[in-house]
Amino acid sequence: MTMTIIDFLARADIDRATLEIWIEEEWVLPRGLMDAPEFSEADLARARLIQNLIADLGVNAEGVGVALHLIDQVHDLRRALAEVTSRRGR
Amino acid sequence: MKNPYETLGVANTATDEEIKKVYRRLARKHHPDVNPGDKDAETKFKEISAAYDLLSDPEKRRRFDAGEIDASGAERPQQKYYRDFAGGEGGGHYANGSGFADFADTDEFLSELLGRRRRTRGADLQVQLVVDLVDTITGASRQLPMPDGATISLTISPGVEDGQVLRLKGRGGPAPGEGPPGDLLAHIAIRAHKFFTRDGDDVRIELPVTLKEAVLGAKVRTPTPSGAVMLTVPKGSSSGAVLRLKGKGVARPGSPGDLLVTLKVVLPREPDADLEAFLLKWSPKGEEDVRREYAQ
Repeated sequence: MTMTIIDFLARADIDRATLEIWIEEEWVLPRGLMDAPEFSEADLARARLIQNLIADLGVNAEGVGVALHLIDQVHDLRRALAEVTSRRGR
Repeated sequence: MKNPYETLGVANTATDEEIKKVYRRLARKHHPDVNPGDKDAETKFKEISAAYDLLSDPEKRRRFDAGEIDASGAERPQQKYYRDFAGGEGGGHYANGSGFADFADTDEFLSELLGRRRRTRGADLQVQLVVDLVDTITGASRQLPMPDGATISLTISPGVEDGQVLRLKGRGGPAPGEGPPGDLLAHIAIRAHKFFTRDGDDVRIELPVTLKEAVLGAKVRTPTPSGAVMLTVPKGSSSGAVLRLKGKGVARPGSPGDLLVTLKVVLPREPDADLEAFLLKWSPKGEEDVRREYAQ
């Protein structure tokens, strides 16, 4: 299930200029080409995370990039660890 | 539902500023995306959020303090967190192995596990490229002006077909971040030639010859895609006879096509009295029926 940029902006409750900055910063990575980007539920959850980071956790704009970068790495490590665990179980 | 003051661990005399400070500290600690593997984090974060929703709203806080509403007055709707996607397919493209590239580079097993980030590509650029037929036979190089002012060199290889799309990787629009640029897609449109036509890798041309050249044979000059050559018209060639010039067609490396020259006998433009006089007294030996195949 993907959504267009219009649906994404509405559901994430952000404006286009903000989204363009987020994409530029690679905080959000839509699929497809730039002239017709497609967004997933994961992208939407990520947009909400960015909003949480700013509004609830008091992270500033520079900090959001750092936080996302670290979160992405944690997930990658978790994936790797899960894979190692499942292979060892076999 | 616990008392919101207890949840945040603040006194009921705390100022808005104190409450906000405590909330942010707890939110940073318990946000589900900061604790991807901790199932309790979501519950804790919700409690904290609900407590803060209540206490950060002066009216709700007043009514709670006055006992008009209970602590559940501000339950948040169900929310999916990023961590719910990050481990699966959906979040996979945010994978970022840069922080442990040192492990991945030295260990094949880890390198296989630690994904590389998929980035958003730039837009593809579509252009129509009109190419002369001769260029599709001999091959050519074309300078293509780009929207940004630069020109790129495009090789038209021999044998290119009408409607074929040449893809130049990475010559399209730029990506928004550090992703790869899009591709340049050049749609080939072949401009017809006055004399030459293509028949696959062979090239055809119709070559006018005089009656005398056809009857007596001659060496005549014929154009080819790679320049004019002298062609031997054999004695007694009929109109429609096809002569093959090997290797003068599409210059496909290794197996070039041929040039097929179709002779077309052209009579003198003005009636020729001598020719007529000769034909009147000419009686061909063994009159041939040229239309015997048509006789029914």
